[in-house]
Amino acid sequence: MKRTPLFPAHRRAGAKMVEFAGWEMPVQYQGVIEEHVAVRNRAGLFDVSHMGEIEIRGPGATEFCQSITTNDVSRMKISHAQYNLLLNESGGVIDDVIFYRLEPDVYFICVNASNSDKDFAWIQDRAAGKVAAANVSAEYAQLALQGPRAEKILRPLTASALAELKSFAFQFADVAGIRCLVARTGYTGEDGFELYCNSGQADRLWSALLEAGAADGLVPVGLGARDTLRLEMAYPLYGHELDESTTPLEAGLAWVTKFSKGDFIGREVLLRQKEHGVERKLVGLEMLEPGIARGGYHLFKNGVNIGVVTSGTKSPSLGKAIALAYVAAVEAALDNVFDVEIRGRKIPAKIVSLPFYRRKAQPEVQGGL
Amino acid sequence: MEFPEGLKYSKEHEWVLVEGNTATIGITEFAQEELGDIVYVELPEVGEKVVKDDPFGAVESVKAVSDVYAPVSGAVLEINDILPDNPETINDDPYGDGWMIRVELSDTDDLKDLMDAEEYAEYVQQQKENDEEEDEDEEDEDEEPEDEEDEDK
Repeated sequence: MKRTPLFPAHRRAGAKMVEFAGWEMPVQYQGVIEEHVAVRNRAGLFDVSHMGEIEIRGPGATEFCQSITTNDVSRMKISHAQYNLLLNESGGVIDDVIFYRLEPDVYFICVNASNSDKDFAWIQDRAAGKVAAANVSAEYAQLALQGPRAEKILRPLTASALAELKSFAFQFADVAGIRCLVARTGYTGEDGFELYCNSGQADRLWSALLEAGAADGLVPVGLGARDTLRLEMAYPLYGHELDESTTPLEAGLAWVTKFSKGDFIGREVLLRQKEHGVERKLVGLEMLEPGIARGGYHLFKNGVNIGVVTSGTKSPSLGKAIALAYVAAVEAALDNVFDVEIRGRKIPAKIVSLPFYRRKAQPEVQGGL
Repeated sequence: MEFPEGLKYSKEHEWVLVEGNTATIGITEFAQEELGDIVYVELPEVGEKVVKDDPFGAVESVKAVSDVYAPVSGAVLEINDILPDNPETINDDPYGDGWMIRVELSDTDDLKDLMDAEEYAEYVQQQKENDEEEDEDEEDEDEEPEDEEDEDK
């Protein structure tokens, strides 16, 4: 199993380690619920260094990126980031990624750990003779500082005006004396930052952030709470809601699919799907009786199998069991009630609007810069 | 970690308290710690028969579901009513308020296969050591010199 540069730090903190996408990662430190609540109410620090990074550069980089993605890369200004998708020829999702535009012709892409080798090979095949692509995953560590107090915690560690960063904007800044790419992005639904630094400096950055945030209740957070946090926001997780057989239109990602930008891989299939309508849709479910729907459980309406759960948990913020599921499009209406088969028993669930959770208005007065 | 005397323990990390012909069953402190925050408990109904080594219920953490295996066979006399609404009781008090079911033993011979507190403590220790060995094997292969091995206090 691969390890991030923060592996020793996780061990020191007494984390429970698990295998995730070929990496030995912390699943929890003090407990999933406690860590989840810390991120919603205070702040949490995540090691997400397992995620991959790919750089694309050279004249024509924008045109090339447009051809391999669904979102409109040309609308992204320098120092801005964009959620995007790589599709195969049949419109299936190869990966969901974040693009960062570093320079007019230089893009930095953050990809899922489980897909980074696949993505790079796929990009490289298509980049040949056009632009330079490099897999720089090993060079960078990535830390996510998330929660309503993230900005307050980060402020004293840097001279840069990171508080002014808008959502999905980024800048290079020294944080605790360590050069970072700091982006106002995240996977929790809370305010926060994602910081990329050189792998060799990750341990120092991790410790400096934890120390600076201790008084504000900052705690390290494992992949367990990362999953419950993203699920409350209905953010897709590759391998669950997305894979090479699901299209963005089925997954509720039409907003990332910009037909008007011109041709891209998978466009034709998606256009046809848009015209004829999708056969299945990703929906949010709330269990109406005790029981937790888990990925792979089937949904029934009048005894007919009409869908399958992709992710499910007991939501720590809502105190309810929630799930994401693909259901037949004709059944995908709000408030529609089904049965989820949970280990031989049928438990009713209904379709609810997404996200499951909405960020609380912060009662604290936001201080000046 | 606690291993109360007077209880019997299974390899699947359930405990049994035998009083006359009645057996009270729950999961051990080690089991609840491995599972993490328990958020849902599935129990059989009173009158149902549970069969030794077969699942009689399930406990779920936010992450995953785990079957709970019957350490003995018998008819369910009582279930712990507080668990459906307060599943975290198993984390808080696995040997006390977190008990799961009470059964009428159908065969006291079932108890012979179970461990006493001392044997179970050794069994848990062994499992932990196995985990550590796996880790250390990997660490040997690892070339990062800064990998400290001061874990698992």
